[in-house]
Amino acid sequence: MSGRTSGDVILDLQNISLRFGGVKALTDISFNVREHEIRAIIGPNGAGKSSMLNVINGVYHPQEGRIVFHGEERRKMEPHKAAAQGIARTFQNIALFKGMSVLDNIMTGRITKMHASFLEQAIHFGRARREELEHRQKVEEVIDFLEIQHIRKTPVGRLPYGLQKRVELARALAAEPTMLLLDEPMAGMNVEEKQDMCRFILDVNDQFGTTIVLIEHDMGVVMDISDRVVVLDYGKKIGDGTPDEVRSNPEVISAYLGVSH
Amino acid sequence: MFYREAGQFKTTYAADQQIFPIRQDRLGMLLLLAVAFFFVPALLSEYWLKAILIPFLIFSLAALGLNILTGYAGQLSLGSAAFMAVGAFASYNFMLRIDGMPILLAFIGGGVAAALVGIAFGLPSLRIKGFYLAVATLAAQFFIVWLLTKVGWFSDYSSSGVITAQDMEILGYRFVSPEAKYLLVLSIVVVLALLAKNMVRSSVGRAWMAVRDMDVAAEVIGIRIMHTKLLAFAVSSFYCGVAGALYAFAYLGTVEPEGFSLDLSFKILFMVIIGGVGSIAGAFLGAAFIVLLPIALDVVVQQWLSGLLAPSVSSNLQLIVFGGLIIFFLIVEPHGLARLWQIGKEKLRLWPFPH
Ligand SMILES: Nc1ncnc2c1ncn2[C@@H]1O[C@H](COP(=O)(O)OP(=O)(O)O)[C@@H](O)[C@H]1O
Ligand SMILES: [Mg+2]
Repeated sequence: MSGRTSGDVILDLQNISLRFGGVKALTDISFNVREHEIRAIIGPNGAGKSSMLNVINGVYHPQEGRIVFHGEERRKMEPHKAAAQGIARTFQNIALFKGMSVLDNIMTGRITKMHASFLEQAIHFGRARREELEHRQKVEEVIDFLEIQHIRKTPVGRLPYGLQKRVELARALAAEPTMLLLDEPMAGMNVEEKQDMCRFILDVNDQFGTTIVLIEHDMGVVMDISDRVVVLDYGKKIGDGTPDEVRSNPEVISAYLGVSH
Repeated sequence: MFYREAGQFKTTYAADQQIFPIRQDRLGMLLLLAVAFFFVPALLSEYWLKAILIPFLIFSLAALGLNILTGYAGQLSLGSAAFMAVGAFASYNFMLRIDGMPILLAFIGGGVAAALVGIAFGLPSLRIKGFYLAVATLAAQFFIVWLLTKVGWFSDYSSSGVITAQDMEILGYRFVSPEAKYLLVLSIVVVLALLAKNMVRSSVGRAWMAVRDMDVAAEVIGIRIMHTKLLAFAVSSFYCGVAGALYAFAYLGTVEPEGFSLDLSFKILFMVIIGGVGSIAGAFLGAAFIVLLPIALDVVVQQWLSGLLAPSVSSNLQLIVFGGLIIFFLIVEPHGLARLWQIGKEKLRLWPFPH
């Protein structure tokens, strides 16, 4: 899918190394993400893909390396600060708020944009009341976009797996992120659900210009929708380029594409 | 009257986001308030007001406080009674040491003092969870009661820390009769319950629940975990603190630190479990249940079972029934009476059609 315009580098990861005790999750990894592109990260289980996303949004702090986001080097960053800078994500294992309705889950996605003080909220007056309505409006737009109107008031715990994944995407989109990190958004879905999810991801990228970093196992999907692909294996980068380049990279073929998963 | 949502189409988000979106709930609530404010004080005996309704309201407030912390924010606490003690003793000292201190301000001051202590004892929650946090709050429970007994200043150097609450007076009116005290307590509890309801349906409430359900995801969304947890401790302790002040000023009149023991903390926890974890109405249902159960059991034992039960059994009957109920609710219906009530309403909404 080249031909789509992607812009300047907005996220540059330089020589990132991350260890957990003796386990080297990531070793000396460098790659960048351009504005408005769909950037895929692939690799076998345990390759360090999820850890990479966790580094990008500040859940993990690498021992070595530099992270430059929008031209500024980032020191140790907490996840909530990353959120405030426009980075949203979904998780490999669904991480919805089980005790809350779909609507409330998605409303939490807008929390960094709500500024009424806690006392204003307690009396539900003025700014607090206005904000609840304004943000509900925004959330309803996301609900329409992802076609989940019918389950608005349902507790998320009662939803089937595929819909939960969609609600998680909705919660991330509600933040109106400039960069969206998706950790295996299609894992465990049937063909039809996968097609829907692909369409949503492409639409988000198209309509809102959101930059997307995507981890996915389904090679067909990856090759179809991504602009550039990074390949990880045992925490090391073994390939980086367009889907075609990656597909014909011998090291990638032997390490990853050659073996079945 | 039918309990139906049908036909009540919400045409605006404002209508859908009202505090009670279903019309029957709204009317029911107004009716309940009208009865509580106008009929109850006129119709019920002094005994009912003094010995049942006032403590019921005060316990509801404390249970509401604990429910904010445990039910909404997911932080287990065994120190509710200690925070009540802080509220009671702080209000007493505000009244004692500041000339012309308005009583309502003293109650608020008691709540704020409890909130500050709550924040201090909530700090461990930033590092530890679940069982270990419960143990940390247990430490708060024992430490605070010990401190209030040990440091004479808190009780104006009375023997064994007993304090006698000052008279309650607002704009020259003295709240002496049970009716007056009841109405004062009711007003305070209604206002605070309303504020709590607003909190839990706003972004602060959603942040609490998010932290409760999945703290990593909450942080990634942009919720500041520390701030959110400590706010829950503060608000919860504020509610417990005000409840403690009312316990001293409007209910017992004379209290000592030992009166705010671990037993009382557990009693409040039971109210939350039986009433419904994570529900405002649940706090009231749970408190009603636990205040009324011993009375109902007494009646049952005396009327129907006298002579049938060995004295050792009948005197422990209350504990046996409590224990059984706690186990029942923990296993069968963790969302308590509030959930049963909700299910009942859902059935009613569909009635007479089974599906
Ligand atoms: N929080 C953690 N603590 C310890 N080890 C971890 C942690 N997160 C990831 N790892 C380790 O890092 C390696 C990479 O894991 P991960 O990033 O989840 O891989 P992938 O997403 O590619 O399957 C694995 O060996 C995993 O066990
Ligand atoms: Mg992974």
